[in-house]
Amino acid sequence: MATTRTRSLLARIPNPRLFCAGALIMLAVITLIVIGMVWMPYEPTAMSPDRLQGVSAAHLLGTDKMGRDILSRVMYGSRITFLVALGTMAIGAGFGILVGAVTGYYGGIVDEVVMRVTDGLFAFPTVLLALVIVSLFGSSTLNVMWALGIAFVPSFIRVARSEVIRCKHLDYVKNARLMGVRDARVIFVHILPNVSGVIMSNVMIGFNNAVLSEAGLSYLGIGSQPPYASLGQMISEAQEIFFTVPSAVLGPGMVIVLMVLGFSLMGEGLRAAEGRMA
Amino acid sequence: MHGDSVIADAPILQIRNLRLEFHDHGHPEVAVEDLSLTLHRGEILGVVGESGSGKSMTALAIAGLLNRHALDCGGEILFDGVDLLHCGRSTLRHYQGDEISMIFQEPMTSLDPLQRIGMQVEEALRIHHKELSAAERKEAAIRAMGAAGLAEPEQVYGMYPHELSGGMRQRVMIAAATVSRPQILIADEPTTALDVTTQAQIIALLRQINAEDGTAIVFISHDLSLVRQLCHRVIVMRRGVAVEMGTSDEVFLNPRHAYTQSLVDAIPKVVL
Amino acid sequence: MRYVLKKTATTLATLLVVSLLLFVAFQLISGDPATHILGTGATPERLAALRAELGLDQPLPARYLMWLTAFARGDAGVSYVYHQSVSSLLSAKVPVTFALAAMSFVLMCAIGLPMGIACAKHAGSPIDRAVMVANQIIMAIPPFFAGILISWAFGMGLHLFTPGGYVSYETSVPRFLGYLVFPAVAIALPRAAQLAKLLRGSLLEEAGKNYARTAYSRGNNTNGVLYGHLLKNAFLPALTFLGMSLGTMLAGSLVVERVFNIPGISSILLASIGNRDYPVVLATVMLIAVFIIFVNLLVDILYKVLDPRIDEE
Repeated sequence: MATTRTRSLLARIPNPRLFCAGALIMLAVITLIVIGMVWMPYEPTAMSPDRLQGVSAAHLLGTDKMGRDILSRVMYGSRITFLVALGTMAIGAGFGILVGAVTGYYGGIVDEVVMRVTDGLFAFPTVLLALVIVSLFGSSTLNVMWALGIAFVPSFIRVARSEVIRCKHLDYVKNARLMGVRDARVIFVHILPNVSGVIMSNVMIGFNNAVLSEAGLSYLGIGSQPPYASLGQMISEAQEIFFTVPSAVLGPGMVIVLMVLGFSLMGEGLRAAEGRMA
Repeated sequence: MHGDSVIADAPILQIRNLRLEFHDHGHPEVAVEDLSLTLHRGEILGVVGESGSGKSMTALAIAGLLNRHALDCGGEILFDGVDLLHCGRSTLRHYQGDEISMIFQEPMTSLDPLQRIGMQVEEALRIHHKELSAAERKEAAIRAMGAAGLAEPEQVYGMYPHELSGGMRQRVMIAAATVSRPQILIADEPTTALDVTTQAQIIALLRQINAEDGTAIVFISHDLSLVRQLCHRVIVMRRGVAVEMGTSDEVFLNPRHAYTQSLVDAIPKVVL
Repeated sequence: MRYVLKKTATTLATLLVVSLLLFVAFQLISGDPATHILGTGATPERLAALRAELGLDQPLPARYLMWLTAFARGDAGVSYVYHQSVSSLLSAKVPVTFALAAMSFVLMCAIGLPMGIACAKHAGSPIDRAVMVANQIIMAIPPFFAGILISWAFGMGLHLFTPGGYVSYETSVPRFLGYLVFPAVAIALPRAAQLAKLLRGSLLEEAGKNYARTAYSRGNNTNGVLYGHLLKNAFLPALTFLGMSLGTMLAGSLVVERVFNIPGISSILLASIGNRDYPVVLATVMLIAVFIIFVNLLVDILYKVLDPRIDEE
């Protein structure tokens, strides 16, 4: 019973192989993070005299120049990166959809001003916008999350606004308004659920951008402070020991790549196949 | 009605036992089954049927526009001694737009939105008649546009599709299709998307092209009364099969097949 | 022409809004510049004198105008930390970062556009599928990680360049550009992969439209349809992406400069963020904002040039 249902759901996915590959990768990354929450081989900040060790049974990814176990640090770092990306999406999508839907629905001078600001900010690369915010409020993991979240707000304002404006003129929405349904209900019950597909795909793309942005910022030393390193910062610290312990760079690097790849493959799998040239 | 126009006997296009079957989504689906027909020089042949009857597929098959990847085809479409159904793509291209042209149902979307009208009207000449100079091409294009009933063709030449109405765009399509004086013009529901007045003008234009240039026309339509006004002979298709074939008057006044009868009955009598 | 004027006006409005936001944000957060410059031990008289000199006793709108006009003249104030003018601090570094971003942009187009066209042309073939999967992986590699891998593979492995062997553009322009190639590849690769994917999808979408069928019916071969009709139409969505890419490449430069030890604005910007050296941060960000906003204007004008349907109203 359950298998037939799963099978019929899978059958509706345009490219199930790609989707499953992505889901497996994502599952592996999340497993790594979840295990890290319960158990890690070593304390990620614990230094030991076994410095700069290569891959071994005791240290699956070797140790860094302070003798810390890289696998444990990767487990901890990927947790930071993952949670920051999740929080970023919650902030960016939450505020963005709210503002975009409301201004798009009412229009007018507020909408015009919001659009000007959004236009200006939208073209602004996420990392730069986050840099500005971090420079104003200081560098911490939580601030990076807020900074990235705010940096993602314009893109969601745009999507939500254009979708709401499109739906505002559809007959069923007009009917609801003529029947005296309250504006808030029209927006949140009649319009937004119908555009959730578009918004979800933007959230998936946004999550990947958030992971990449967080990694970039933390590589620049912004965000989590030593000794609790996020993945980008681990790479930055390990760059000079790349030739002695390649896994110190490759380990955290691969986790970033897999984290992004998992979601993007799932998204690809969900997209309908395109045609071809005749 | 067409007693005065002369139909030469020479067949220009012969379709023998045409069978088109799609295997696009796993389930094979027969679009056309065992269709045979002959198009004579200077003739207007109507193909009538409801949507899904295979009439548009037949038109696309003649014009060589079917996606061969998703298709099983049998039988043959003979033009100029060549089987258009099985010949190479380059042989097909040799005829497309030069000897066999096509106009479509949706004039609003059938033109390239970013290219000037003139360039699109000339395109068949650019491809097939490289010997012509740019000035000669332009002259031919403007002549074809004038013949297609576009007022001030010199101005329209430099315009973009979005600046024209649906009727004007269909005239542009006709000009582009006739600029190289093809032997066969395939018109797939060319008036369906247009309002009634424009529809009558386009029908008159097709008749004029047929009368003046002797272009044979395959006119695809679901509208039997239109077909009767325009066509010398009619084929009625249903679910991929030709159920009736004959001169317009025969089919119209004396339908033998029940389906044709129902189509005739569906025509509002006021038109008569 | 009216369209261009209107877009220029919106651009200026956007510029004013963004500059106002930045200025106010930095004013509110950064506190008293006079204290920053003189230190907390300064006498009240000296602080008051410096405030008057800097115009800080003026109301906020007046200060904004002063700052904006000064910025337009190339005067972005004095660094709190280095005690010299911000413009002198940045002038040698800005061209390096912009050169790196520009080279990344060119590489992105040179790789992404042909790849997108080729994949669309052979859509569904094994090669297309392999390239699209490879693209998916490349898009997931952050530029700094790609940079480290490239510098390892080409620098240490193949000895094609010397990591850290940066040559200033004042010494030798060709060697300067030569050093930038590998960092630029690291920045360009993920965007090139995205561009290829976008253009491929856009081309295939256009190929399904009615006008493509019309083009085939006139006897065009695949190349004729592709280059004669589809490409221009399919390029329109890519144009927005290209415009945004310039900003992304600047951001990418900031990160990758660090990987390759390139003396662009990255190091001073990060140091200034760490030191709370607000004039430097504000000036750098403003500079990038102005650049990005004008790139947007350029994209809007290009749209108008390419697409006659954009109306004059």
